[in-house]
Amino acid sequence: MSLAAETHGFLSPTGVEIAFLLVGLVTFGAALVTVTTRQLVHAALWLVVTLGGLAVEYLLLTAEFIAWVQVLIYVGSVVVLLLFGLMLTKAPIGRSPDADSGNRWAALTVAVASAAALIWVVVDAFRTTWVDLDGPAAGSTEATGASLFQNWVLPFEALSVLLLAALVGAIVLSRKAKAESASPPVNSRAVSGGSPSVPDSRNHRIERKVPTSGTESTEPGGAR
Amino acid sequence: MTTTTLAVLVPLLPFLGAAAGLLLGRTAPGFIRPLAVLPTLASLVLAAIVAVRQGGDEAVNAATELTPTGSIPIELALHIDGFAALVAVLVGLVASCVQIYSTGYLRDDPRYPSYAALVSLFTSAMLLVVYSGDLMVLLVGWEVMGICSYFLVGHYWETPEARAASIKAFLVTKLGDVPFLIGLFALATDAGSFRITKVLDAVAGGGLDHPTLIALLLLAGVAGKSAQFPLHTWLPDAMAGPTPVSALIHAATMVAAGVYFVARLLPVFEASQAAMVVLAVMAAVTMTGSALAALAQDDIKRVLAYSTIGQLGYMTGALAVGDRGAAVFHLLSHGAFKALLFLAAGVIIHAAGTNSLAAMSRMGHLRDRVPDAYWTMTVALLALAAIPPFSGFFSKESVLGAAEHVATGHTEHAPGAAGWLVLVAGLLTALLTAAYATRLWLLAFYGQGAEAPDHGRQPLTMNVVLWVLAVPSLAVGGLAYRVLPDWFDGRDLTPTLTTSVVGTGVALVGGIVTYAAWRHTTALAARVPLGAVAAHPEGDAALVEAEAIASHEPAYGDIAYAPDPADPGRLLLGPLHRHAAVGFHLDAVYSALFVRPVQAAATLVRFLDREVVETYVRGAGATPRALGWAVRRAQTGNVQTYVSALLAGTVVLVVAAVLVATGA
Amino acid sequence: MHLAYPAVLSALLFCTGLYGVLARRNAILVLMSVELMLNAVNLNLVAFDVWLSRTAEETLHSGQALTLFTIAIAAAEIGIGLAIVLAVYRNRGTSDIDKLRDTAEGHEPEGADSDGDATAAEKAEATA
Repeated sequence: MSLAAETHGFLSPTGVEIAFLLVGLVTFGAALVTVTTRQLVHAALWLVVTLGGLAVEYLLLTAEFIAWVQVLIYVGSVVVLLLFGLMLTKAPIGRSPDADSGNRWAALTVAVASAAALIWVVVDAFRTTWVDLDGPAAGSTEATGASLFQNWVLPFEALSVLLLAALVGAIVLSRKAKAESASPPVNSRAVSGGSPSVPDSRNHRIERKVPTSGTESTEPGGAR
Repeated sequence: MTTTTLAVLVPLLPFLGAAAGLLLGRTAPGFIRPLAVLPTLASLVLAAIVAVRQGGDEAVNAATELTPTGSIPIELALHIDGFAALVAVLVGLVASCVQIYSTGYLRDDPRYPSYAALVSLFTSAMLLVVYSGDLMVLLVGWEVMGICSYFLVGHYWETPEARAASIKAFLVTKLGDVPFLIGLFALATDAGSFRITKVLDAVAGGGLDHPTLIALLLLAGVAGKSAQFPLHTWLPDAMAGPTPVSALIHAATMVAAGVYFVARLLPVFEASQAAMVVLAVMAAVTMTGSALAALAQDDIKRVLAYSTIGQLGYMTGALAVGDRGAAVFHLLSHGAFKALLFLAAGVIIHAAGTNSLAAMSRMGHLRDRVPDAYWTMTVALLALAAIPPFSGFFSKESVLGAAEHVATGHTEHAPGAAGWLVLVAGLLTALLTAAYATRLWLLAFYGQGAEAPDHGRQPLTMNVVLWVLAVPSLAVGGLAYRVLPDWFDGRDLTPTLTTSVVGTGVALVGGIVTYAAWRHTTALAARVPLGAVAAHPEGDAALVEAEAIASHEPAYGDIAYAPDPADPGRLLLGPLHRHAAVGFHLDAVYSALFVRPVQAAATLVRFLDREVVETYVRGAGATPRALGWAVRRAQTGNVQTYVSALLAGTVVLVVAAVLVATGA
Repeated sequence: MHLAYPAVLSALLFCTGLYGVLARRNAILVLMSVELMLNAVNLNLVAFDVWLSRTAEETLHSGQALTLFTIAIAAAEIGIGLAIVLAVYRNRGTSDIDKLRDTAEGHEPEGADSDGDATAAEKAEATA
């Protein structure tokens, strides 16, 4: 360890480190844009960049299986889901002036403070720690699978139950909402012909008489 | 039975009667009258037996200590000397007469049971005061009398006058009782005992350290109870109570308690020359002032009330010159004839349907309607005016004789100034007393105008009592002055020639002048119609009286005063009449001196309470409110704010934890 | 590679997500920020797992296993979260977090009115 620390200074970075640093900068920048942009859909797209950047970082850390899972799950489904959510809640296209709440400065303070604290602690603790990336990949599919199905079978199965529960929960939440309000979340705009009707609870009582086709309200669950 | 047992029974019987009356008042109304009258009569008989057995010999002393009471023991003690024995007989006699009279007077009164029980309780308390040989026990009776007086004066509580009068009587006597209590404690501290005999021994041995202070404190209580200047103002107002109550409480017994108390502890007062002078000044001011006020009153009972104050002034005057024999002699004779005067006045009020002398002076033949009252009242008024040979003459002359004795320097008991003061004031008061007695008699019985209404004969019980009381008023004085010295200090009570002649002379002058004035003014009476009579003349006497009291102020504009130009008192007093009618504005002075400052102070306190104290209270409430408001402001409902605060706190904790862990 | 690189990047991403969670108004953007935070944790787990798997004799690959679990849980969480956001949106007509203030002290109907107005304005803007 101490030998490694001596031989590897911060001022003489290896190629992997340079790559990690550059991709990390892109990732961090994309994350910053994600949380600051005023265009909601752009935020989702920048999130894709962030998550993709993270997948590259996983690859650089030789955790290839995780990297692909990251791409598949996050970029493939989670972001799509988020985009669905944005559309279903009729998030405004284009710049919205009120994307940030009034809590912005408190949030900034807290975030900067925690960042300072975390970085201080992390750097202080792992300043000299060296990760040897040579040799067989630590996160190859084989290694990960062996570990997962040798040592982590029970949590893995429990996780499947959790996923089932989440699936059922999502459906129940959506169905219940439908039974109570019979809201046409997807088609309401089309049905009402772009009128500025507000599907809030008060106005909704009146609109109930209009026959609507709100069967797609279970879609979030289905999309999963 | 021993004398002690009998003496214990004397106050106990009326007390038991009162308790039984209060308990049975609702359930067994038939027993109320016997329960009221019989114990009182029995205690009269027992008191008489005790008096005979005691017979002016050595005082009967008995004491038992129920329980240890610390450094100064309180004992249930009897101390019966000649004074106590005779005063007890007087109390028993007057109380019996009043109880019998009340059965007729409050015939239809629904509150008669409680009334009779309270009168019994009052009698018991007075007898306790008379017989008690311990100052604490005496104080118990003293205070019980005060509270009974409050209830009985307020008997007609439907009328605002009675309510005000009862509260006034209670408060004013209490005003005197507070220093009285302190004085008792001081006396007991100096003497080392509450026993009267031991106190007197201590005084005789010069054991009192603060005689003047003690005497003056005690005098305050005496002035309150015996209605002496300046605490006398409750007594005229107390006439808003029923007439028998006035007779019992405010003429014969309760007001006599103060005088009796001083008589009993006279050596204590004599130990302080200053106290004696104060007593003399008090007596002089009281008797002349009250006699003047009596001459101007319109309400027949208020005339008698001021007369009572004046006669009590004589008694305190006698005490001021150190002659308690004369004082108690006058107390006895005055108790008899003043009770008679009040009871007769009750009969007259019932018959006339009014208590206003102005209205009576416009009624013809009132004396024919109430012949018993007429004759007995004549006797009593003659006694009051101290005309020989009525009892009042002898007792008053003994007072004046004692004063003259002191004034001429024949004794070392009292300062000569006190003697002169009492003598001059006494003679002046004798003149005025005769004047107002004559005025009362003429206005009440020799009115001219419409026939007095005929309500039939008065109840037998009421008339019999009048004659019973007329006997001592008429005859006792002449016999008593020879016998009484044996019972009292042994000092001679025989009238001296000088004071007799002068006193009787001024009394005659007063009477004649008043008669002349009346002759002069009576013609006016027909020209100025005046008067109001009760709305229910067929009701019992108590109802008629209550209505008369209640209607006096609406009818004449004042409780004590009537705008009657035919009043001889108006002619005699001249410009003084207006002031005398309202008791020389003493109530107004009190109002200005005490009531208004107290009310102003109350306003100030209320202001301070509302504006200052309450500000602090409000501030105490407002500060948490403001804090709560601030905390509520933090409850925005915005989850992000909450999480921000949570994470900020977490960061702080983490940093702190890390710093601690790394030992920084 | 120095462990500090992934660790610092992880910390920065975490705090970025933190800022997003605290500062974003739209609930879905908040969910995105939560994803950022989860990913930051994942990066941390992977980096430390790689480091430990090299240094320790025997390894359970717990970091990687937990990363997989986290990814699965994050997927479940995003599904549930979106379902909740949609339900809220359907009931309230808004998915703005700072307008969901029913738990506020002294919550008045007047506030609900302003909510409605704001939503209507937002709606009009959206449709324009």
